[in-house]
Amino acid sequence: MTDGSRKVLIDPLVDNNPVTLQVLGICSALAVTTSLLPALLMCIAMISVTTLATGTISSIRHFIPNNIRIIVQMTIIASFVILVDQILRAYAFETSKQLSVFVGLIITNCIVLGRAEAFAMKNKPGVSMLDGLGNGLGYSLILITVATFRELFGAGSLLGYKILPLVTDGGWYPANGLMLLPPSAFFIIGLLIWAIRSWKPKQVEQSEFQIHEVHRTEVL
Amino acid sequence: MPETKDNRARSRDSVANTLIVSIVLSLVASVLVATAAISLKPIQERNEEQFRQKIILDVAGLYSPGADISELFSGIDTRMVDLASGEYTDAADAGEFDAIAAAKDPLTGINIPPADDIANIKQRARVAPVYLVLDGAEVTQVILPIYGSGLWSTMFGFLSLDPDGTTIRGLRFYEHAETPGLGDQIDRSDWRAQWVGKKVFADDDQPRVEVIRGFVDQNSVDAVYQVDGLSGATLTGRGVTKLVQYWTGPHGFGPYLAILRSEESADD
Repeated sequence: MTDGSRKVLIDPLVDNNPVTLQVLGICSALAVTTSLLPALLMCIAMISVTTLATGTISSIRHFIPNNIRIIVQMTIIASFVILVDQILRAYAFETSKQLSVFVGLIITNCIVLGRAEAFAMKNKPGVSMLDGLGNGLGYSLILITVATFRELFGAGSLLGYKILPLVTDGGWYPANGLMLLPPSAFFIIGLLIWAIRSWKPKQVEQSEFQIHEVHRTEVL
Repeated sequence: MPETKDNRARSRDSVANTLIVSIVLSLVASVLVATAAISLKPIQERNEEQFRQKIILDVAGLYSPGADISELFSGIDTRMVDLASGEYTDAADAGEFDAIAAAKDPLTGINIPPADDIANIKQRARVAPVYLVLDGAEVTQVILPIYGSGLWSTMFGFLSLDPDGTTIRGLRFYEHAETPGLGDQIDRSDWRAQWVGKKVFADDDQPRVEVIRGFVDQNSVDAVYQVDGLSGATLTGRGVTKLVQYWTGPHGFGPYLAILRSEESADD
């Protein structure tokens, strides 16, 4: 693997993570991370869709008319999402029931369309698929981290196995109900963004404008 | 070579190419999606069916993880009941029956008068399935499908009763979207266990069983009709009370349960 393609694959994991740096795909990150198993399934669905869609779009990029390119991209993405959704319903029925509409909503996930429009339309299929895979993995990394925190501290378990014995079952750990509610995903993603930007200060954005300091003389 | 590039861009953006690309893409995409949907449908339907059977077995206390669901389910007899008369009917096929679709169809559903609509579901089907758990030829449990509004969502579940239709053997919801951590405590196994042994009907044959606020006073004469409230889930609990009372009441399975009661007392 050349340095260039490795960079395309590795960059979206931390340095250019679609969730923590670009702050995309937050809606599904809130909805499917109450426990680890649905989050893992969502990650697999997302990785398959980004990889397949960017590969397909890139391989027909010379034929796509410019004025309908977004529609073409959406059609391809939507087809793959439906395909993945149907497969999950057939082979991972109960977990896909928990994911309900969120697999279908990958169609509207900005990460997929973003990679298609920004990268796959301008690059060769192989490297586009790596880019899709990398961004899917970057999304997955955040989802799995958030889901691990939420399931562990909200329900005392991981993948359904008891880790922290709950007070309600005679143990010592009082479950943190907030972790199971959507806002907790915001807090965890916020803390992750803070942690990553402290580790890599380059990611900190410049202020768009400076607040003007008011001097006493001006007020008077 | 700027000129060929220019030509290529022009032909790519021409009306003809736009039409060709959109038509070919639509065809390929629809064939792909349709093939997946049709070829996977049998497996998906079997999953749905197994899921429903698993929940029914679970509420009957017959399910254990890893058990052969189809084999266990062969010990359960599915019958359709005409709700107004309470008699068994062959008017609908239990295997194909979809309660929500049947409720909405004017031919098979009825509007519930607002005064009777305590479960807040607006319509219901004229018929409903019941699942009879058999031990040899003897019915040991009667399982009723029930649903109604909670705080946010319609809650779907099953209620298992003794063969005389008066004592609860189990309650279990399999689909709802109540608040995680609060309303979804209706899935807690220790809370569901409290329902076992509760009496549905008061002396006047009206449904009486309810989720109360706070804890049940076990010394009270009413304790046999009462289940502990779930803290933080008062409205979900009220929804559960209402839907259990609706489906066991005169507008729900009431006539059917009355027949069960009279048959049982005739046997005595």
